[in-house]
Amino acid sequence: MADKVRIRMTVNGLEQRGEVEPRMLLVHYLRETLGLTGTHIGCDTSQCGACVVHVDGQAVKSCTLFAVQADGSSVTTIEGLVKDGQYHPVQEGFWEKHGLQCGFCTPGMIMAAADLLNKNSNPTDAEIRHALEGNLCRCTGYQNIVLAVQYAAAKMRGEPVTGAAD
Amino acid sequence: MYTNQFSYHRVNTVQEAISLLQKNPDARLLAGGHSLIPAMKLRLSDPSALVDISRVAELKGIRQRGNTLVIGAMTTHSEIEDSALLKQLCPLLPEVAHIIGDPAVRNRGTLGGSLAHADPAADYPASMLALGASMKIVGSNGDRVVDADNFFTGMFATAIGSGEILTEIHVPVKTAGVGMAYETMMHPASRYAIVGVAAMVRMSGGVCQEARVGMTGAGHHAMRLSGLEAAVTGKPLDAATLSAACKSLVRPADLLGDHFASADYRAHLVDVYAQRALAAAAGKA
Repeated sequence: MADKVRIRMTVNGLEQRGEVEPRMLLVHYLRETLGLTGTHIGCDTSQCGACVVHVDGQAVKSCTLFAVQADGSSVTTIEGLVKDGQYHPVQEGFWEKHGLQCGFCTPGMIMAAADLLNKNSNPTDAEIRHALEGNLCRCTGYQNIVLAVQYAAAKMRGEPVTGAAD
Repeated sequence: MYTNQFSYHRVNTVQEAISLLQKNPDARLLAGGHSLIPAMKLRLSDPSALVDISRVAELKGIRQRGNTLVIGAMTTHSEIEDSALLKQLCPLLPEVAHIIGDPAVRNRGTLGGSLAHADPAADYPASMLALGASMKIVGSNGDRVVDADNFFTGMFATAIGSGEILTEIHVPVKTAGVGMAYETMMHPASRYAIVGVAAMVRMSGGVCQEARVGMTGAGHHAMRLSGLEAAVTGKPLDAATLSAACKSLVRPADLLGDHFASADYRAHLVDVYAQRALAAAAGKA
């Protein structure tokens, strides 16, 4: 068996240390070692986006990254988006605009959308669709997902927002 | 899905990586991992050791050196997509990077990794040929620079030898009258090119002075469409010229065919996308 490798990373603000087999994928480290099962494994081939997390502030597909590659990094998962008991605006947008049905793709969708809004505070619908090209939803289609991201973008810009019931 | 076991080595310099490759000929370089890790999961690649070069500082960054842009091999697709320097001096590469995979893939995948992997359906190789790029390869016996024309040698095969590393990609700074474009039919799920054509033209007085056209996706590796380049040089790139020049550019017998697109259909697509790429390049000149 290949030698285990010591790794250290900050996950959702908490420092984690461990020894992993080099072949352990980041998504398995998060889910199985740290118990953070909000990050999902969908296709396992870097196409569906269910496993998107942020590594040093950038969206990545955690099924296509070994945990050792994230050694020394700061990782944020869906569990780390809530701040002071408040949902992240993208999470709130998915709730308000009914941006999900079964919810399997949602953590990855939200992490990918949050990455977009970090770089572009006022995206067009077309830019949102381009940014979510690597995230597949098999339930509802993407219309309400785009509305959810637009809701979050408006809220993050400090503009008034209205929910689905309005 | 777990890969087979391997030993993991993280290096900080190109020299460290070269000496590890020499000690272990079965080792593979790990850059962004977005071609290698999927291949390892499928057991298409089964290295006993990985040498992680993602933190080698000398492999990073985009800088101008005279009339040449020097792009470190570990530069990610996102960094290329967002580079103000490239947008100004070589706008084709940010345009190509923008359509590779998706944002999360672009945040990890690297230019050097993609070129060294030499997937026959990758997007960059066509633009490397059209731009007249060259690749700096370093090994224990020093370094050498290989033209894009001589770099892609076969399916998943390049001029990089055993124990060598691709360290830099050199592309010429865009000059006056030059237009560049990349047109591709993407596979609807994987976004890989079924056929992709990159064109670079230098126009003067409405006439094409120089053309370089690279094709990817259709054959075993990316290649120049030299006959087409000769056919359009000295002519205006209007619709009549292009439609006459872009006929039966490649023989189906030389192309790949699969259940997504037959070789005959790919040959047809090469004609169509070559015409579109040249027209778009002329429009930007």
